[in-house]
Amino acid sequence: MPADETSSRAWHEIVRDTLKAHDVRLVTYVPDNVLRPLIEAIHADPFFTAFTATREEEAVGIVSGAWMGGMRGIVLMQTSGFATLPNVLASLPVPFQIPVLMMVSERGTLGEFNIGQAMVARTMRPALDSLGMEHHTLTRLDEVEFIVDRSIRQAVATQQPVCWILSPLLTGGKVFAK
Amino acid sequence: MSATMSNANHPLTRDQAKVMSRFDLISRMVRKLHKDEAVIGGIGYTNFDLWAAGRRPQNFYMLGSMGLAAPIALGVAIAQPDRRVIGLEGDGSILMQLGSLATIATRAQKNLVIIILDNGAYQITGGQATATRAGTDIVAMSRGAGIAQSFWAAEEGHFEELIDRAIAEDGPWLIGCRIDTAGPKETTERDPAQIRDRFMRGLGVKK
Ligand SMILES: Cc1ncc(C[n+]2csc(CCOP(=O)(O)OP(=O)(O)O)c2C)c(N)n1
Repeated sequence: MPADETSSRAWHEIVRDTLKAHDVRLVTYVPDNVLRPLIEAIHADPFFTAFTATREEEAVGIVSGAWMGGMRGIVLMQTSGFATLPNVLASLPVPFQIPVLMMVSERGTLGEFNIGQAMVARTMRPALDSLGMEHHTLTRLDEVEFIVDRSIRQAVATQQPVCWILSPLLTGGKVFAK
Repeated sequence: MSATMSNANHPLTRDQAKVMSRFDLISRMVRKLHKDEAVIGGIGYTNFDLWAAGRRPQNFYMLGSMGLAAPIALGVAIAQPDRRVIGLEGDGSILMQLGSLATIATRAQKNLVIIILDNGAYQITGGQATATRAGTDIVAMSRGAGIAQSFWAAEEGHFEELIDRAIAEDGPWLIGCRIDTAGPKETTERDPAQIRDRFMRGLGVKK
């Protein structure tokens, strides 16, 4: 794709297009404000089957089942949602070798206003590292397509889950509402 | 159709259902599967007796991820809408992930059947009481979540009738079974990569 075309797309359009290019059809999520444009873009496109789960664990279960049934999927969530997942990651996608794709909207840093979000966010990368899970923080628009594309290929080829963390540097994050 | 089923406005309560055997019920169910239906066995003794009821490549055995039998079954059902998918779950496990019943109801997943094996206990961890022992009715909660076809199996014959309907007619279905606290017949082999690989071949996803 030419550079000018890439740069004219927003991060969520690049993510949507890259998921489509890899036939990732199933999208389950627990909502988050920063993810809203991506969620809306996905719902607007009949290519995707998209719906909310009541918990992030449930969403990982659904996407794991779908992969085993031959359909690729991704879980969208907020940092606080990721913090509910270590047990399920350690007992389902990692040992069973299931390439669950995960995208986390990063709260808790670069202007956070909620102390609880700031504290739970610090558990995310240590949890990913101690599970030996591949993860990438997306900070620059010009890197989004390369990172997402290459890491979907790697997840599928190595049969392992992958997690992308959407930095406020990319998305603008969530600003304190007075 | 039996008298108990025809009166859907006045379904059985938990108290009215016979206490049955987990291994016997799972064996009866497996004998009725002739179309390569997928079965997900939940954590606890549920997957042990699924394993003991005969190895099928269309069976998936959980080794952790407590509460996720129904979500995994939903995912398989979405990916393979022409295959019937059955999630087997314990009462303790479904109580941990009740929201999944609302998700299943919202999706109106036609090819999905959830079977709850309710012994009133977290049996594998020592038999501590679950809330169902004090009267919490999972079938009533399932109906409240929006799964209209949620029924207690009155006894073994009724269980078989419900299975016949659930694998032939549009779901989603939830079948509650009261079971005793007998131990499982065997122990599932704990080899997750092999379980997943066999299951994917059993579903025709891998050749
Ligand atoms: C998240 C989580 N919490 C607790 C446990 C420990 N645990 C494993 S099985 C189980 C009980 C399962 O109860 P139930 O689903 O009723 O099945 P049963 O043992 O009665 O067959 C518990 C509490 C666990 N594995 N994961």
